Amino acid sequence: MVVSLADYLVLSALLFALGVAGFLFKKDLITVFISIELMLNGVNLTFVAFSHYLRQNAIDGNLFVFFVMVVAAAEAAVGLAIIIAVVRNRNTLNIDKMDLMKN
Amino acid sequence: MQLALFILFGGLALAGAINLLVQKAPIHSALSLVLVMGSLAVLFLLLGAEFIAFIQILVYAGAIMVLFVFVIMLLNAQPSEPSRASRAARWLGPPVAGLLAILLAVRVAGRYHRVPANLGQPMFQIGDIGQALFHQYLLPFEVTSVLFLVGVAGAVMLAARPEEAPQPARQECPEPADSMTREKGAGA
Repeated sequence: MVVSLADYLVLSALLFALGVAGFLFKKDLITVFISIELMLNGVNLTFVAFSHYLRQNAIDGNLFVFFVMVVAAAEAAVGLAIIIAVVRNRNTLNIDKMDLMKN
Repeated sequence: MQLALFILFGGLALAGAINLLVQKAPIHSALSLVLVMGSLAVLFLLLGAEFIAFIQILVYAGAIMVLFVFVIMLLNAQPSEPSRASRAARWLGPPVAGLLAILLAVRVAGRYHRVPANLGQPMFQIGDIGQALFHQYLLPFEVTSVLFLVGVAGAVMLAARPEEAPQPARQECPEPADSMTREKGAGA
């Protein structure tokens, strides 16, 4: 009984769906941001699994994961700075109360 | 052995992700994301991607999550009050999330059901990654370095205290316009 590619893909699909659920249902700005990181992790697992099972000696999948991590790091830095600026101005983390552009 | 490790750490990753959704306080969600990242690093090792596994620990669990926890502590993020979500969202949400997971799993995994595994043999040396990164992927590498520069400048600019603006009461017409355009450039 070996682990097949489908097992890894199902696991990463579940992680991605849980990330989407957190992104849509959580009311906390920071938790929404954490859910985005969870989605990126699920996609990373897909990249590495495909790179391992389909292309025997290719490292392209690993390099894609490397670039995803780099972009995620930059995104986390800028996004957390935006969160700090928003909280300073609005004094709340609840995304329901950030409705300045509504209506 | 392979299957046992996959079930153990895949289950840990799933449990961490579910715990992330269930927890109310942001700090608990962040710490369960650390659990997910650690389990995924073990899965990357199982898949023969040692470099990615260690980068996952160092960069993701080490740097990015420390930044998250730092911001949570800085903002003193309390557990969020129960949301006043609509009844439809509350009852339709979990089934739709499950449907998305099933759809993704069936559509993607269904096509690759019988791919043989090549476990055991090493895929490549870590030097090959450096070779590819500086030859074949040199342009994306340089572009990401520019992205980092812009990201650092934008983060400092966005998080800087806005108290310097009212202090000099002199006429300062060009200054706000200049900072506005720079902010837009960092956001894009």
